[in-house]
Amino acid sequence: MSTLTIEQIAVGYGDSIIIDGLDVTIPENKITTIIGPNGCGKSTLLKTISRLLKAQKGSVYLDGKAIHQLSTKDIAKRMAILPQTTETPSGLTVYELVSYGRFPYQKGFHSMKKEDVEAVQWALEVTGVTDFSDRPVEALSGGQRQRVWIAMALAQETEILVLDEPTTYLDLAHQLDILLLLKSLNEKENRTIVMVLHDLNHASRFSDYLIAMKDGAIVTEGTPNEVMTAENMEAVFDIQAIMTECPLSNHPICLTYQSSKGV
Amino acid sequence: MSRTKNMTEQDSSQTIKVKTKSKPITGVLVLLIGIIGLIFAIGLSISFGAADIDLMTVWSAVFSFNGDLTSHQIIQEIRLPRVLGAAIIGACFSVAGAIMQGMTRNPLADSGLLGLNAGAAFMVAISLSFFPGLSYQYFLFFSFAGAAMSTIIVFGIGSMSRLGLTPMRLVLAGAAVTALLTSLSQGIAIHFDLEQDLAFWYAGDVSRATWENLEYMFPWVLIAFIGALFLSRSITLLSLGEEIAIGLGQRPTLIKIAGFIVVLILAGIAVSMVGAVSFVGLLIPHLTRFLVGHDYRWIIPNSIVVGSLFMVIADLCARMMNPPNETPIGALIAVIGVPFFLYIARKGGKGL
Repeated sequence: MSTLTIEQIAVGYGDSIIIDGLDVTIPENKITTIIGPNGCGKSTLLKTISRLLKAQKGSVYLDGKAIHQLSTKDIAKRMAILPQTTETPSGLTVYELVSYGRFPYQKGFHSMKKEDVEAVQWALEVTGVTDFSDRPVEALSGGQRQRVWIAMALAQETEILVLDEPTTYLDLAHQLDILLLLKSLNEKENRTIVMVLHDLNHASRFSDYLIAMKDGAIVTEGTPNEVMTAENMEAVFDIQAIMTECPLSNHPICLTYQSSKGV
Repeated sequence: MSRTKNMTEQDSSQTIKVKTKSKPITGVLVLLIGIIGLIFAIGLSISFGAADIDLMTVWSAVFSFNGDLTSHQIIQEIRLPRVLGAAIIGACFSVAGAIMQGMTRNPLADSGLLGLNAGAAFMVAISLSFFPGLSYQYFLFFSFAGAAMSTIIVFGIGSMSRLGLTPMRLVLAGAAVTALLTSLSQGIAIHFDLEQDLAFWYAGDVSRATWENLEYMFPWVLIAFIGALFLSRSITLLSLGEEIAIGLGQRPTLIKIAGFIVVLILAGIAVSMVGAVSFVGLLIPHLTRFLVGHDYRWIIPNSIVVGSLFMVIADLCARMMNPPNETPIGALIAVIGVPFFLYIARKGGKGL
């Protein structure tokens, strides 16, 4: 059980406030995707949720408790984060990197316990990277590497997964792989997933809940059917979108679009 | 989460063969070989010198000291403290370098290259000029303060840029601060007629180690090493990036403050003893990382041993090259250090 509620937060970098007075509740056991144009504050919101940024006002609540009052190590057992950019240290093998996901459960110089090894093996297995667990992470392709980082987050065994643009820099097939993996984690294990995606059609197809942001505020939120409308696309992205239905998910998708500002 | 547990059990029963890398075994092996090598190098270093002393005499001087023998006197009073000093200093520079490289994700980090050593040496120059005759104890504090001062300046300059603290920018700031503080120290030295005394701080000299100095610095070294080992796990996580470290339940700011206190103590001690020697803290952590992998729980203890061994050998070489004169140890190390620095810099600052 975990509810993530965001109440009246104001966040920014230094003096520039990006989000001011935002409220939202992340539905439990669902996939929630934050969408919006560049610079709308979606990454900032995600970073605030995952305590990478501290809200200047307001707070993020995990089960009713303010997140900055909880021990960060306890949060690490409940919420795993995949940042937008990850830099791979050289010489680290896949197995080693994924086993770092067990750190929140370890103390001092203690090595991996049986349940730690099992959690790591499971994470390697579901992300399909078991075969190269002995290879250095830097030797892998971008898609494989992203799966390894996800495996590390999974090894944390948390109810909540927070991912910032997990499919960026990946080709079509690898994007799909990652999103199908997240979908199955959500369906089979009821993981709550919160992420930022740039691809609207992916967001619509794989999410249960969408949050559309613009200029640091939420324009609209709801199911993909509610959010993915031509009117909302106009309001959020300033585009005239031609919407249709995805034959695979029955969610609305954007077929093509043109600028609202005229050609 | 019960479903996760079920899946875990199912999966592990399907006998997934995941080979776990035996990094801890390598770590212990390097540690053991290093310690054996260190003991041997220390023996060799003691036996070599103006008065030729064989290894058997070294052994008996250490373990059954006889004050009537001149050779035993030389060993106990001059050579033993010197070689122990070299070993400890090597370890200090190496651990300081390892911590900085891990915390700042900067493969070029070294207390010399980032200006800490120059800061410590500057304060040493101040203390020699204005408070001559200070005991080593106080001297040490000046050294700490100097290292702290230049850390603040270097990181201050480095972070003024909007692009943040890239490895190269930090090294440049370090070089600028080093140049400034070195010329200031030299100015002070000329004014107070201390050129001779100060020259060695820039060349590096291990011969100042006495039992008295060693006694003063030992508790500090011990505290710093324990602190470093205590922090090692967190440094490993920090070396994966700050966001990843937070995600895994670490508190980067706290770790960085603690880490820098340890670094300041180590660099301060090392400089107060041998002077502003660069590159040891760059070389040794890279070498140990290559040997034992990326986990700082292994890098730090191994850096202590490998760093000591390196410094003892370097000191031995410095004395053997042109006897009875000593080649400045700082220059000797730079001969290896500079090409290595260029190699790491060419890799584009990547490699951590």
